[in-house]
Amino acid sequence: MDAIVLQILNGLDKGSAYAMIALGLTLIFGTLGVVNFAHGALFMLGAFCAVAVNELLTMNRVVLSETETTAWGSALEIRTPYAEVWFGDLGTWLIEWSVPVSILIALPFMLLVGVAMERGLIRHFYKRPHADQILVTFGLAVVLQEIVKALFGANPIPQPAPDGLSGMADFGAVFGLESGQIVYPMWRLVYFLFAAAVIGSVFAFLRFTTFGMVVRAGMADRETVGLLGIDIDRRFTLMFGLAAAVAGLAGVMYTPILSPDYHLGMDFLVLSFVVVVVGGMGSLPGAVAAGFLLGILQSFASMNEVKSILPGIDQIIIYLVAVVILLTRPRGLLGRKGVMES
Amino acid sequence: MTSTRTSDTLLLTVFALAVLTGPIVLAPFGAGYPDLLQKFAIFGIFAIGFNILFGLTGYLSFGHAAFLGVGSYAAVWAFKGLTMNILPAILLSVAVAALFSVVIGYISLRRSGIYFSILTLAFAQMSYNLAYSVLTPITNGETGLQILLDDPRVLDPALGEGELPLTNLFGLPMNETWNVPMLGMEMQFNVGFYVCAALLILAFWVSMRIFRSPFGMMLRAVKSNQNRMSYTGLDTKPYALAAFVISGVYAGLAGGLLAAMDPLAGAERMQWTASGEVVLMTILGGAGTLLGPVLGAGLIKYFENIFSAINEGILQGFWGFLPEVLRDAMVSLSSLFVGEGWHLTLGALFMVIVIFLPGGLVEGAQRIMGLFRSRKSRAAGGDGRRAAAPAE
Repeated sequence: MDAIVLQILNGLDKGSAYAMIALGLTLIFGTLGVVNFAHGALFMLGAFCAVAVNELLTMNRVVLSETETTAWGSALEIRTPYAEVWFGDLGTWLIEWSVPVSILIALPFMLLVGVAMERGLIRHFYKRPHADQILVTFGLAVVLQEIVKALFGANPIPQPAPDGLSGMADFGAVFGLESGQIVYPMWRLVYFLFAAAVIGSVFAFLRFTTFGMVVRAGMADRETVGLLGIDIDRRFTLMFGLAAAVAGLAGVMYTPILSPDYHLGMDFLVLSFVVVVVGGMGSLPGAVAAGFLLGILQSFASMNEVKSILPGIDQIIIYLVAVVILLTRPRGLLGRKGVMES
Repeated sequence: MTSTRTSDTLLLTVFALAVLTGPIVLAPFGAGYPDLLQKFAIFGIFAIGFNILFGLTGYLSFGHAAFLGVGSYAAVWAFKGLTMNILPAILLSVAVAALFSVVIGYISLRRSGIYFSILTLAFAQMSYNLAYSVLTPITNGETGLQILLDDPRVLDPALGEGELPLTNLFGLPMNETWNVPMLGMEMQFNVGFYVCAALLILAFWVSMRIFRSPFGMMLRAVKSNQNRMSYTGLDTKPYALAAFVISGVYAGLAGGLLAAMDPLAGAERMQWTASGEVVLMTILGGAGTLLGPVLGAGLIKYFENIFSAINEGILQGFWGFLPEVLRDAMVSLSSLFVGEGWHLTLGALFMVIVIFLPGGLVEGAQRIMGLFRSRKSRAAGGDGRRAAAPAE
């Protein structure tokens, strides 16, 4: 029992990341009809927002000590981050909480990136074949990741979780088991809750606001909405920005779990596409459900008990599930009819 | 069209001549050395094969590198177990790749559009992940499969003292090179390259026959409107599967040749970035055209070699005519695009091609030619452009 709970918990954080990326992909696909291969790169950009904020905050002022010397006899350099020099305790707090704090930077930045990308590039590809869209966004993804590589280097850059959230949570106690039976990193739990909040607010936004209603109407019949005198293009542009922001936020918060490097996005992109297809192209709930489902399945497949029966299953489980689902339920779990089938 | 046959013969002749004189023609560009020439030919074969699937039927496979990788492994196993002669190795790699592509194609072709792309991608990633993990006894995992001195090699005579096993064609070693001084330069005529070149010309000829055949016409029909084909009572699946297997065989041949030139095989050849590369080559040259994929493959491999070799010193020399402040700025700007950053150039180039020249280089050439021709032939060029655009 506790093993099962633990594996489900283990799958949740990866599942959350898949779900958020897949949600953005589906939003873009559902509104603009564009297959965005650069979405993984947006996830990666978000992650590097956190890295950049952390680097900015920890920029040091170097002062030569007047009293102390190093073992070599030269004056000892005392490094204090500027943030601490200027803001005192607030600065210390900012550095410690740099990952959540960078959300404030990442959100507008990613919105801007998304809108710029749609206006500057994607807009010209609505009428082009899907293969062209795939190819141009693939090229863009390569460009973005090479730029990040040139700026931040090729090595993974670990990011700290805030002190209070970096420990282990004792889950067994919550479920009435003996304490210590199920322990789970606190940050992963935070990540899951964060993902749930983000996904929930996207759904609420679409469901309960007028803007969301118009967008949903546009997804169903773009032409008619346009005929009613609504500038649907502008709203769709904003949805692209929103999708980029969701991917970016997913990336920001993922940094303490997995140290980001420049090809982080590509690794997640391939899996997220599989997730979207399993969930059903164009279905938002399908994307989210499939994200969590595949995350959890993957964590079960990496149990030693499972691996001893089916060696290597943890490496291929997601792809295997995708193959089986596509062949048995061609439209994915919750897919609509007539999407991408021509 | 009575002229098609003669113009085809002409095209093939010119192509063959261009390929065979490659070591001479490309030497002034710094690309006349065997290693790079072999890559041109091998990836040319790979791209020609991919084009038969993507260019003709419009099915965009994102997993073709798997067949290349499988072909490489099969060839290395033939070198280990049978003989260092490349003929059995290449036959084996083609056979194994064909078998793989029949299975994967049969399953993947049940879906079309992006679903097909994802399915092929899924299969390729599965092969890649398995090759790295559980299949280590067959693939030697991360180290990659290599030939060893004490491999059985049942068909070969025992090696003499200090003799190394070399890939050969009936005793003619692949790495043998004749250096001929010519026109003030050292021309390198390499056996391995000529083996690859012969196969490239053969591959080109076969692809040309397919393009002109009723079968090729059927594949184009699959691309332009599969539903209509079904309504006329025709089952398109066998045709698409045949195209898939043919292109899989080409990939297997390319993989076998890679191993024949340099007898090792690693899983990274199957990674999806490798699959993306062949898509890029085909698009860059012009999908659905005969010459395009070979041009694209050659260009990408050429720039990969040249650009990744450029370092800061060369850049300093290149911008040497500028005043110092400007020069340093240009050097640091352009150093982003060369050496390690060559992928940035590749990505940018890729975007530029897709945005401005969706038909690839061949279309670009046609457009330029069209400027010099009458309006009538410009309209014909327009037709070619439309045919070159992928359906999905």
